[in-house]
Amino acid sequence: MEKPKMALYWCASCGGCEEAVVDLAEKILDVINLVDIVFWPVAVDFKIDDVEKLPDGSIVASLINGGVRLSEHEHVVKLLRRKSKIVVAYGACSSWGGIPGLANLYDKEEILKYVYGDAPSVDNPGGVRPREKHVEEVELELPSFLPRLLPLDVVIDVDYYIPGCPPTPEVTWKALEILLSGNLPPKGSVLGASDRALCYECPLNNTKPDKILLKDIKRPHQVIVDPEKCLLTQELICLGPVTRGGCGALCIKAAMPCTGCFGSLDEVIDYGGKAVSYFASILDYYTEEDVERILDRLPDPMGVFYRYTLPASRLRGKIKTTMR
Amino acid sequence: MKYPPNFLVIKVMCSGRVDPQFILEAFRRGADGVMVAGCHPGDCHYIEGNYKTLRRMTLLKRMLREFGIEEERFRLEWISASEAEKFVRVANEMYEKIKALGPLRIEEV
Ligand code: SF4
Ligand code: SF4
Ligand code: FES
Repeated sequence: MEKPKMALYWCASCGGCEEAVVDLAEKILDVINLVDIVFWPVAVDFKIDDVEKLPDGSIVASLINGGVRLSEHEHVVKLLRRKSKIVVAYGACSSWGGIPGLANLYDKEEILKYVYGDAPSVDNPGGVRPREKHVEEVELELPSFLPRLLPLDVVIDVDYYIPGCPPTPEVTWKALEILLSGNLPPKGSVLGASDRALCYECPLNNTKPDKILLKDIKRPHQVIVDPEKCLLTQELICLGPVTRGGCGALCIKAAMPCTGCFGSLDEVIDYGGKAVSYFASILDYYTEEDVERILDRLPDPMGVFYRYTLPASRLRGKIKTTMR
Repeated sequence: MKYPPNFLVIKVMCSGRVDPQFILEAFRRGADGVMVAGCHPGDCHYIEGNYKTLRRMTLLKRMLREFGIEEERFRLEWISASEAEKFVRVANEMYEKIKALGPLRIEEV
């Protein structure tokens, strides 16, 4: 019998999600035994042409990581959507934009100006910028840079999500088992992770008091962490209470607070908004001046509370207005 | 005395019920401004609901700035149930300021 076909693709991502698949270690051999990989630019030499030749709907599942930032991403994900029965957003960037999505706080021109000019490490006296067309003997084309980064489900219909930055091998494996079992959960489900907040699976949860009020906000480099005590009680911003579990509290076990890479729980419509709701409410201050003063200890709230989810937030980033 | 007719009032049990997500959703759905009003500090029926509101909204304000939403479009006020006059005054004041700014038309994607 022919093996089911699977495709993997990367958009705007760091490569960590590709690494995460390879991190399945010897289990990757089981995957290869079970499926036929028909497209995986990072590892297998198939071209976009090869995908185009496949009949529509002939790929059982496409796992796509990274947010959509280039016209090429948009083109390939639309193609994969057409060719696949199931499309899975793999990892934080594909699901909600991820860290590259923080660039949505700036417009296209600001980003290009910085990256090709103002960044301290750039030496570009001619002010060269990438061009979409270049003619010199032959005509060359580069994909265009879209106005903002979009989560996959804004561009195409997405069936399932696998969270994490990157998803752990355990989560990836569990998700693959579900996908290959044929026993599929309802569309839109998050695969391989938990339905409860990270705190429930955190080994430090039993040291967390019922009520916490914080006098200070600290960053990890400012404290010597007691690895036996809930990090929140040590005045570190741990987002465990509002983050989906499933990672096994990896960061906490390494004495680092959770930064939220498994995203929000069901019912939450804006991860950052929810995180603000939770975190601000436990600051032990009662007047506007005092609250402002303690918040000065938090220089980058967008980067803290929307680290992985800005493009999936209600406003998607710095707003563009049609009239001003 | 009247508050502006396009000032939509949504009643909740306590200002502490107002999740910052609601405010972001309101802007997304086309609100030109959002005002959160609660009982004066010390007067919350649920004891500390409005202190939580104060902390949440103070942080949210800083973030709205980074989202590109002008300061005048968001306001936190303490108005007790007996202060109808203050409510009307504040609502009208906010209305005037937003009118001067014009509507907030957020481009989809
Ligand atoms: S707040 Fe963080 S450290 Fe504390 S129990 Fe939750 S996940 Fe663990
Ligand atoms: S502890 Fe938080 S940031 Fe770390 S892997 Fe788990 S979900 Fe991601
Ligand atoms: S009852 Fe809590 S603010 Fe009014």
